[in-house]
Amino acid sequence: MRYSIFSLVGQALSGNRGWTPAWRRAAPKPHYDVVIVGGGGHGLATAYYLAKEHGLTDVAVVEKGYLGSGNVGRNTTIVRSNYLLPENIPFYEWSMKLWEGLEQELNFNVMVSQRGVLNLFHSDAQRNAFARRGNAMRLNGVDAELLDREEVRAMLPFADLDGARFPILGGLLQPRGGTVRHDAVAWGYARAADARGVDIVENCEVTGISVAGGRAHGIETSRGFIGADRVALSCAGNTSRVAAMAGLRLPIESHVMQAFVSEGLKPLIDNVVTFGAGHFYVSQSDKGGLVFGGDIDGYNSYAQRGNLPVMEDVVEGALALFPNLGRLRILRNWGGIVDMSMDGSPIIDKTPVDGLYLNGAWNYGGFKATPAAGWCFAHLIAKDVPHETAAAYRLDRFARGALIDEKGMGAQPNLH
Amino acid sequence: MRIKCPHCGERDAEEFSYRGAAGLERPDPHAPGAAAAFLDYIYMRDNPAGPLCELWYHHAGCRRWLVVTRDTRDHAITSVAFPPGAPQEPG
Repeated sequence: MRYSIFSLVGQALSGNRGWTPAWRRAAPKPHYDVVIVGGGGHGLATAYYLAKEHGLTDVAVVEKGYLGSGNVGRNTTIVRSNYLLPENIPFYEWSMKLWEGLEQELNFNVMVSQRGVLNLFHSDAQRNAFARRGNAMRLNGVDAELLDREEVRAMLPFADLDGARFPILGGLLQPRGGTVRHDAVAWGYARAADARGVDIVENCEVTGISVAGGRAHGIETSRGFIGADRVALSCAGNTSRVAAMAGLRLPIESHVMQAFVSEGLKPLIDNVVTFGAGHFYVSQSDKGGLVFGGDIDGYNSYAQRGNLPVMEDVVEGALALFPNLGRLRILRNWGGIVDMSMDGSPIIDKTPVDGLYLNGAWNYGGFKATPAAGWCFAHLIAKDVPHETAAAYRLDRFARGALIDEKGMGAQPNLH
Repeated sequence: MRIKCPHCGERDAEEFSYRGAAGLERPDPHAPGAAAAFLDYIYMRDNPAGPLCELWYHHAGCRRWLVVTRDTRDHAITSVAFPPGAPQEPG
């Protein structure tokens, strides 16, 4: 069923009794050309682009829970391409461009809202660093504007611009950045992939990867064995655990990242705003709640819940920036498990096991990458060569010393 | 999360800094295959979902390194000890 104003009006006039499920509840077949492990945004996008761009429709996506139960529904919905390093900018900008056309592409309202991402700076040194980043972005064709204090004041009159401790000197604005309704991204890709013949198998947890003669032949799951010519891992958060089933050991630690939503407010914060003197970022959802987050908790974790110190740190950042939030109450908080890699950058690559492909190590930034990660991973699976915008995201870069360390933190995953 | 420091007693996790997995041995840089050994030592991790021996530093307390065994699935801590080779007495 194609969604349009006509389908909406037609359904409204007929009591909304004719809506059909957005995707089939597929049971796994014995064998597929490609099996994708992980029904998050990345896995579903990969399946969609495999079918759409490469004509591969004998594809299954297996998901241990229900669609949207993992990180695609646990992030803070921010999309941006304000990166510094030449290995990263083209990839994230390609993702930004795919976001901009995604609703028409999928015929699904994913609520792309290019409300601007504003990174505040609080010192001269930080201004220099942000100017450098903005210049790198503009050299690569990405939009970036360096704002002074008065331009920030016009956007955020209620921020503590003149505080003695963290005065706001200005900000780096990416006007095309913004937010996207995250679970709609999973639903939209699932529906579009399903329409092209992809089987989406929910409640199907992978328990093993069948490898013989150095080649992957399929996966063992809670719903039986599924054979496959190519097995594609797209299960960030649990990448180490699943890859270990094929004997791989990876440069990844799993960490917990918390996010928060406040009670609803009237429209207050128009953009995505990040605090530069601590780790705090915020946007306001269409329901009115402030959606915000900060640092990862900083210790290895597979528990989808964090601890109080990080919550306190995030809230301190919020109040240092916006004192008028002092009496706002937090409505909900939750945690998601992220792959923190040793250089803070992702991996989209083949593995030492033939027929086994890896997309993971997205750190805390996988959501914004969803369309391009799917696009590039599908390209790799279909053609066996990396896509040009993801050519640096190789698994062997750690052995080659070709790290992509955007924050310059070294091999200490909890610092990225 | 609270960690029972053998020297200071039970304290909030906020007092501790995290280093990562314990028991990693720095390879001999002159041994054959040192490059591969350093790749494993610096970058590769088991990253288990379950009990993990890890290093925590009690920066806001006794400033000693501790080996903590913690289940990464529920943050339950089963043992806290001074590292092997370090003085085993508190203080």
